[in-house]
Amino acid sequence: MELTGAEILTESLKREGVDLVFGYPGGVVIPLYDVLQRTPEIRHVLVRHEQGATHMADGYARATGKPGVVIASSGPGATNTVTGIATAYMDSIPMVVFTGQVPVHLIGNDAFQESDTVGITRPITKHNFLIKETEDVAQVIAEAFFIATTGRPGPVLIDLPKDVQVGTAKFEYPERPQIRGYKPNYDGHPGQIKKAAEMITAAKKPVLYVGGGAIISGAAEEIQQLAVKAAAPVTTTLMGLGAFPESHELSMKMLGMHGTWFANTAVMECDLLVNIGARFDDRVTGNLDEFSQNSKKIHIDIDPSSMNKNVIVDLPIVGDVKHVLKQLIPLVERADTEDWLKRINNWKQEHPLTYDSTDSVHEEGLNGRDDQPVETPKKLPLRAQYVLEKVGEATKGEAYVVTDVGQHQMWAAQWYGFNRPRTMITSGGLGTMGFGLPAGIGVQMAYPDADVVVITGDGSIQMNIQEMATAMACKLPLKIILLNNGFLGMVRQWQDLFYAKRYSAVDLKETNPDFVKLAEAFGAVGIRVFRDEDVEDALSEAMAINDRPVLMDFVIAEEDNVYPMIPAGAASHEMIEE
Amino acid sequence: MRRHTISLLVENRFGVLARIAGLFSGRGFNIDSISVGEGAEPGTSRITILTQGDEMIVEQIIKQLNRVIDVLRVVDLTDHSFINRELALIKVNANQANRQEIVQISEIFRAKIVDISPKTLTIEATGNEDKIDAIMGMLRPFGLREVARTGRVALARDFKSKDAPSPEAPESVWEKERKEITADLA
Ligand SMILES: Cc1ncc(C[n+]2csc(CCOP(=O)(O)OP(=O)(O)O)c2C)c(N)n1
Repeated sequence: MELTGAEILTESLKREGVDLVFGYPGGVVIPLYDVLQRTPEIRHVLVRHEQGATHMADGYARATGKPGVVIASSGPGATNTVTGIATAYMDSIPMVVFTGQVPVHLIGNDAFQESDTVGITRPITKHNFLIKETEDVAQVIAEAFFIATTGRPGPVLIDLPKDVQVGTAKFEYPERPQIRGYKPNYDGHPGQIKKAAEMITAAKKPVLYVGGGAIISGAAEEIQQLAVKAAAPVTTTLMGLGAFPESHELSMKMLGMHGTWFANTAVMECDLLVNIGARFDDRVTGNLDEFSQNSKKIHIDIDPSSMNKNVIVDLPIVGDVKHVLKQLIPLVERADTEDWLKRINNWKQEHPLTYDSTDSVHEEGLNGRDDQPVETPKKLPLRAQYVLEKVGEATKGEAYVVTDVGQHQMWAAQWYGFNRPRTMITSGGLGTMGFGLPAGIGVQMAYPDADVVVITGDGSIQMNIQEMATAMACKLPLKIILLNNGFLGMVRQWQDLFYAKRYSAVDLKETNPDFVKLAEAFGAVGIRVFRDEDVEDALSEAMAINDRPVLMDFVIAEEDNVYPMIPAGAASHEMIEE
Repeated sequence: MRRHTISLLVENRFGVLARIAGLFSGRGFNIDSISVGEGAEPGTSRITILTQGDEMIVEQIIKQLNRVIDVLRVVDLTDHSFINRELALIKVNANQANRQEIVQISEIFRAKIVDISPKTLTIEATGNEDKIDAIMGMLRPFGLREVARTGRVALARDFKSKDAPSPEAPESVWEKERKEITADLA
């Protein structure tokens, strides 16, 4: 019996184990939606903007490791997915995006709602396809899932003309597709691994520098084994947060532009830097000439093109982090790092992550708002760091933390305390404002009973606020922590520090909506918090709500900066502490 | 900065050339020449790219090319022994008075006259770029009307005799020919 292209698509999704898709309909995908409404095995979440769908699929994928699936229409529907696809691409997130396309014979005619979707998305996908024959649908979908989820994962897009959805063909789902030009390699070279083990055993001042690749490959356990066996301290990138417990005594927390003083200093002083699934990003290395000059460097990464891209390493090992570590750990012996660990512990005492609650950030009233109780004008406004510590306590450090982009993201990275992989969900590579809320929805859809906390800013939340309606429709008990400083804070911080406080286009407070009323307008719960002493109560009130989103508007210090900070392109000894 | 000859075997699928070209342009790498044609196996294409950059850039280019799903094989021929050729069609102004001279020049370069009109001659020349540049240099004074060059095509040499100069500098092919031509002329 022959099936239509649309039926082949849904059958193929079932074979891939997909039971949830995020999408938005339009003219050329009506045939597909017609099949979806009679396919109860696949739940379709109707979003409010296609960008939202891509971030939801992305959040779902980051939290579960399974590919997220998106459906969008042609033309504007497809172009709206671009930011979300690019976000996933930069962070190597598996995702399969189906876009509708005008019928094959109209392609290239500037037909209504036509766009060259494969052309537009070529540089931001791992691979993409335009299907021209219904008989190719199953094969292409199988290849797309295979490519998206293997090797270094990434988004794959399939452009599906309307007539291909309507046409019919025999359905046969290929087993594991064979693609001649694509053979990801998982195992590291044994000779290289042996050398790595010798280098680690011989090091006096090693540092393990762990990135998102460790999380993607599911290597948290192996990282811990290696760290303990080699007695080597560990720092993670933003993307690597959770790959090693920050509560562990060998943890130096995050490194990089807003990393801890001790992590950055240790990287500067170490004699062996073991890069595990990270990519020597410029937010980590700063000035390349001065980056970790005296160390030998080992780099473990599944993608050969990551090797020697920014930093020349002494020993590259191409392979999947988990596979390589499994081969490596038995060969490593405990290194003599006692003095090194002592030094690092001293640094931790001398230069802890801190915020000074007596530091006068802003003294005239509370953010200049006159609708607020200003009993003690000198009283300090709420600090984001404090709120985040309290969020950590209220969720016992076990929540999925989904962030937007800006100061609040960095504070979340610094202050929440990440102990489990896949619990820090953040747009690292592209740095996409507007990611938080929809990605949070994707995570909560994957884990309905988990605590999912969205940490956002007053700028970022407005970039995809429409997805509140999606969260309501799905009755998701998301906890949205809005750290409201009335500014595009991170940009303001740069203008403050590097442009002599010439604030330009960063002030939102006069025109921000009333976020509590906004939440209520969606049918969600809104809570506003001004003072330290109200934070805990407000959080426990919010945690008790389980049938709808809660937006907590924390009115925080306006002009607080994220410290420590290594200015862009500077070296770690140029770090600014508070 | 060194010139590199990169030879690719790719799936002959639509969009593959755009993918490869986009990979260069998206990273700010320049392509000096690119040529594409069917490969030995049906369904495959051979692409030869001439590019330049420092070693780190070229290493990056090659790795990025390897990442493209439709790319089956990538070889940087530069440090291997390889044969390279280019074909050029050169339409040059000609008249009664100088036609003979132009024909002579083409003969020296082992080039062929492939079209003739009262006011032009079209010459087909093959060789490496230096040779093509040389014949174009000789013909320029007559007035070049139109020129079409294929860009470099190249394949690795398989037979490597013990005393073959390896890796062979690409120039030496033309050097050898030039010697022959000079000998001929003498
Ligand atoms: C889509 C997008 N546009 C612009 C930027 C540049 N940008 C980075 S952080 C930032 C400000 C973020 O403001 P907000 O969300 O209020 O967070 P805050 O820094 O105040 O915590 C901007 C504009 C970006 N990252 N993403």
